[in-house]
Amino acid sequence: MKHSLTARRNAAMEAMAGYAFILPQVLGFILIVLVPLINVFVFSLHNRNMLFGTNIFIGLDNYARLLTDGLFVQSLKNTLVFSLLLVPINVIAALLMALYLGEAGFGSRYIRAIIFLPVVTSGVAWAIVWKYLLQGGTAGPVNWFLAQLGIAGPNWLNEKGWAMLSVVFNRVLKNLGTNVLIFYGAVMNMPGEVVEAARIDGAHGFSMFRWIKAPLLMPTILMVTIVTVIGSMRVFDTIKLMTDGGPEGSTMVMVYYVYHKAFRTFETGYAAAIATVLFAIVLTLTIAQWVLRKRVTHYEQ
Amino acid sequence: MSNKRPLRVAVTAAALIIATLLFVYPFWWMLVNSLNTAAEVFGPPALLPKSWRFENYAEIFRVQPFARHILNTLLVAGVGTIGNVLVSALSGYAFARLRFPGRGFLYVLLLTALMMPIEVIIVPLFFQMRGWGLSDSLYPLMLIPIFGAQGAFSAFMFRQFFLTVPMELEEAARLDGLSYLGTFRHIMLPIAKPVASSAAILAFLATWNTYLEPLVFTTSVQQYTLPLSLSNFNDSYGEPQWHLQMAATALSIIPIMVVYMIFQEKVRDAMVNSGVKG
Repeated sequence: MKHSLTARRNAAMEAMAGYAFILPQVLGFILIVLVPLINVFVFSLHNRNMLFGTNIFIGLDNYARLLTDGLFVQSLKNTLVFSLLLVPINVIAALLMALYLGEAGFGSRYIRAIIFLPVVTSGVAWAIVWKYLLQGGTAGPVNWFLAQLGIAGPNWLNEKGWAMLSVVFNRVLKNLGTNVLIFYGAVMNMPGEVVEAARIDGAHGFSMFRWIKAPLLMPTILMVTIVTVIGSMRVFDTIKLMTDGGPEGSTMVMVYYVYHKAFRTFETGYAAAIATVLFAIVLTLTIAQWVLRKRVTHYEQ
Repeated sequence: MSNKRPLRVAVTAAALIIATLLFVYPFWWMLVNSLNTAAEVFGPPALLPKSWRFENYAEIFRVQPFARHILNTLLVAGVGTIGNVLVSALSGYAFARLRFPGRGFLYVLLLTALMMPIEVIIVPLFFQMRGWGLSDSLYPLMLIPIFGAQGAFSAFMFRQFFLTVPMELEEAARLDGLSYLGTFRHIMLPIAKPVASSAAILAFLATWNTYLEPLVFTTSVQQYTLPLSLSNFNDSYGEPQWHLQMAATALSIIPIMVVYMIFQEKVRDAMVNSGVKG
């Protein structure tokens, strides 16, 4: 009797300590994340303008407006194009580099060190430097270099199409290092006996990759792909600094449009509606990632 | 076999040259032009500065309150990182080791922060901070890395780590009469150092480099952090003053580069693991 009383008191003490330990984080999370998240939905149902101080409940009108807003549709399309360009380029380049680094002796350490330099650099610094490297005419070093080869480079950041490719290229270089090293870890963890056995059976080059390495790497490839997709949805600093959404809105992505509507034209309610759509996309992708991770760990066991 | 060797050498050489051009040359170009005059920046690219104008590095402190921007960034990244690690170590430990009703639910709730990039909540967060009287201040920039997605991620890392620590360790400490806080401080926190340093590296890099938050939450030049400051070296026509911008960018990158060079393996491990797990 006395014993169980002590046990219960101890359990109560432990619970108290537990609540005390998580209090700062949970309280902060509620105030800094949860309340604003609820408010995104609330804002999106209002005609809210920071400049005029209006705040009128309008139901789903903001969402109806999204469908007819050419700029929103364009920003959605641009985000999609950005992702569809960036993700395959990033994942394939990272995979090829990791496979190369897995085989290479000389220079492998050096490359693994330098591909991480842009990763630790701010996106702002990386964008500022490349903005100059990509200057039009022959002013920019990239075009100067092309001119030496007899090629007249375009005005990278001011021509439609090229501008999108330029920001994608910038973003790929910025984050490639992380994915290369994740793949490199997976490549180095491939069971040596399997690869060796396949080599003895005559698998080389592409057949080795297609039938042996690719299946072994598939879980990692899937994870990296989704993480890269989510990251690509959030691109902002590169766009803001390199093209400012231009030319003619051809690089205006969703986060840029949220920022523009909220803090440039002060249509806060409408900006919140765009943010809600962004949230829905990121949420879907994150859930996919979690489900996938569960399946992958299951598969690994 | 013999005709394969030259091919291998050629491939290796090409890989090294291309990688250097893409990942090192931009930084070199930045350094070179940080020592040029404005006019010299526009000349054909050279491997060395022309006038070695070290004066640029003094001038950036005159055209903007750049020293203040460095201090602001150090302050935000410092407080943000320390707060992030302390708060998430506490909660990560509790979620892993202490039993209390609602633990599972609260943990999952906290992890939802990982799905909420700052871009989604920044609009209402701006009004909330303004309501608290924190607009145009550094406080939002410190609070976000502590309690936002970065904080939740650190808590996740700490919890994963504490789950692997053998129970006997803290049972012994408890029998010795240490309180829960004492056990955490003297036994558990010291053995969690590797996780703490990973969490700190990630939080520090994120706060040092972030752009959207200072863009939204600060308005006066006095409150800028480095990423915002870098994009602000423009002449009176709004055209960037490239030579100054490059000097400022170089100064903002150098501390990070030095830290990276010293702790290369550690930094890469932290970021690579966060990529796999996050």
